[in-house]
Amino acid sequence: MKLHSRLIDAATHAGLLLFALFLVFPLIWMIGTSFKPTTEIYSGVVSVIPEAPSLDHYRTIFQEQSIFTSMLNSFYVGIASTVIAILIALPGSYALARYSTRWNKIILGWVLGSQIFPVILVMIPLYILLRSMMLTDSLLGLTLVYVVWALPFVLWMLQGYVHSIPVEIEEAASIDGASRMQVIFRIVAPLLLPAVGASVLFAFVSAWNEFFFALVLMKDPGLMTVQVELARFTGMEGQARTGPLAAASVLATVPSVILFGFLQKWFSSGLLAGAVKN
Amino acid sequence: MNEHARAARSRSQLVLLLPALIPVFLLSVVPLLRGVYLGFTDYTLGDPIGFNGIANYIRMAEDVFFWKSFQVGFVWTLIVTVGQVLLGLCLALLLSRKVRFNSWYSAIMLVPWAMPPIIRGIVWRQVYDPDAGILNGVLISAGIIDQQINWLSSFEYVIPAVIVAGIWGEIPKAAVFLLAGLQSIPKDLYEAVRVDGADRWREFRHITLPMLSPVLAAVVSLSFMWNFNTFGIVWVLTQGGPGGLTRLPMLAAYEEAFRYGYVGYAAAIGNVMVLVISVVLFGYLRVQLKESRV
Repeated sequence: MKLHSRLIDAATHAGLLLFALFLVFPLIWMIGTSFKPTTEIYSGVVSVIPEAPSLDHYRTIFQEQSIFTSMLNSFYVGIASTVIAILIALPGSYALARYSTRWNKIILGWVLGSQIFPVILVMIPLYILLRSMMLTDSLLGLTLVYVVWALPFVLWMLQGYVHSIPVEIEEAASIDGASRMQVIFRIVAPLLLPAVGASVLFAFVSAWNEFFFALVLMKDPGLMTVQVELARFTGMEGQARTGPLAAASVLATVPSVILFGFLQKWFSSGLLAGAVKN
Repeated sequence: MNEHARAARSRSQLVLLLPALIPVFLLSVVPLLRGVYLGFTDYTLGDPIGFNGIANYIRMAEDVFFWKSFQVGFVWTLIVTVGQVLLGLCLALLLSRKVRFNSWYSAIMLVPWAMPPIIRGIVWRQVYDPDAGILNGVLISAGIIDQQINWLSSFEYVIPAVIVAGIWGEIPKAAVFLLAGLQSIPKDLYEAVRVDGADRWREFRHITLPMLSPVLAAVVSLSFMWNFNTFGIVWVLTQGGPGGLTRLPMLAAYEEAFRYGYVGYAAAIGNVMVLVISVVLFGYLRVQLKESRV
């Protein structure tokens, strides 16, 4: 019996290792490539670890500016849209959790139902609308789009957590003479900090990773986000480009992976359990 | 609670919700409805909008490119969805055994999900690169092929190549959802059948699978929708090429609208996508519900 369960454990490890290898090797390969001099990339030798590691490609990116600028643009849009989305969603999520009316069903219906529609249907009229307001080729315009993009999910995530805060705490505060907004921002919001943290990460990562809206809305090279800039980079063939592209992609992956690491905790715990049960 | 108090509650809820509802309504709900409407017009960017009924759909029926695009869209969606759910289930089952280093494994498996779709595409471009890619490198040094294969521009290999990259990127999402589902199955169910001497396969067949079926149905449905709407990763890998072989419906719609300016026609493609997804999902969920009731 002991031997039997050991065998199963060994098989489990083997299976998990295979999965880990498959899921991670493309990224490892790219990281390796980003540190190889161009001659080594094209030498035909298959090796993940560079023979003569160099930072040339990273230097190239910072000299070329365009990738660097696009990263700044992405940070700007990501941070601005996250802050706005959270500030707007906080009172809304409170209202959803504390008074349950038909709006709860309508909003949940929208969160789920809107998944069916391909973004192209939203994109076309949105493009026309933003163009008429001079908000294409504008970081402000893109920020607004990302706010709206993240809002329904953030709203739904937050209301689940407000639900878990006992009402008695608020009642005590309003007896002491606090107004509704004071209750929300002074009492509820601090208790919500972990959930707000999760929503911040979610909103920022989805803005940082987004491609389609940015591709359509941003045409000015100085205003592109990092994803659009990278996609443009892949269009330019040529051996000299492979290394810098790898380096730029590694840099652009770092924020997503780090933030996602934090986010994962919430995903695998309460958040998902709640989502599945509902 | 009386009628009056209920109306007051609804009103004060609405006040708090308005800052969120107004932007979503203006920049999401209204454009969506307008987008559906544009699918019944002859609109091209800059020109006045003219209602033209079902003319777009008649044109579509005769449009070879449309049919090709939906064909590859189906192949892509079906294989990627099935692949990601099966492999994701395997991974979730392995992780649910909680062997040593479990948290390391579960952190590693999330890597593709954490990567932006564009970079998922770039990573695989570098794997498939004819001169510098690891795939050709390994196959040539192992003597399996003697000439470089240009995976992403070969008519033979491009679809499998793109699908492998697609499945790779979607496994983690499926695994995370399914793992949560597995963990919510009460442990005492297993203990009960173990007393009866059931083997592992029976356990899986008679407890795990039925208990998991609601989560499984949700994962399959969502994956199907997301995969049918894929854009970024394939855009970076092939831009729809070679010869339109990997031009998924979203790529077709994007090109019609923003490369050729046939906005009305692009919206019509979007409408057909909604229709296709709804029909498939409806059919699938009906079968699922029937099964779970038996």
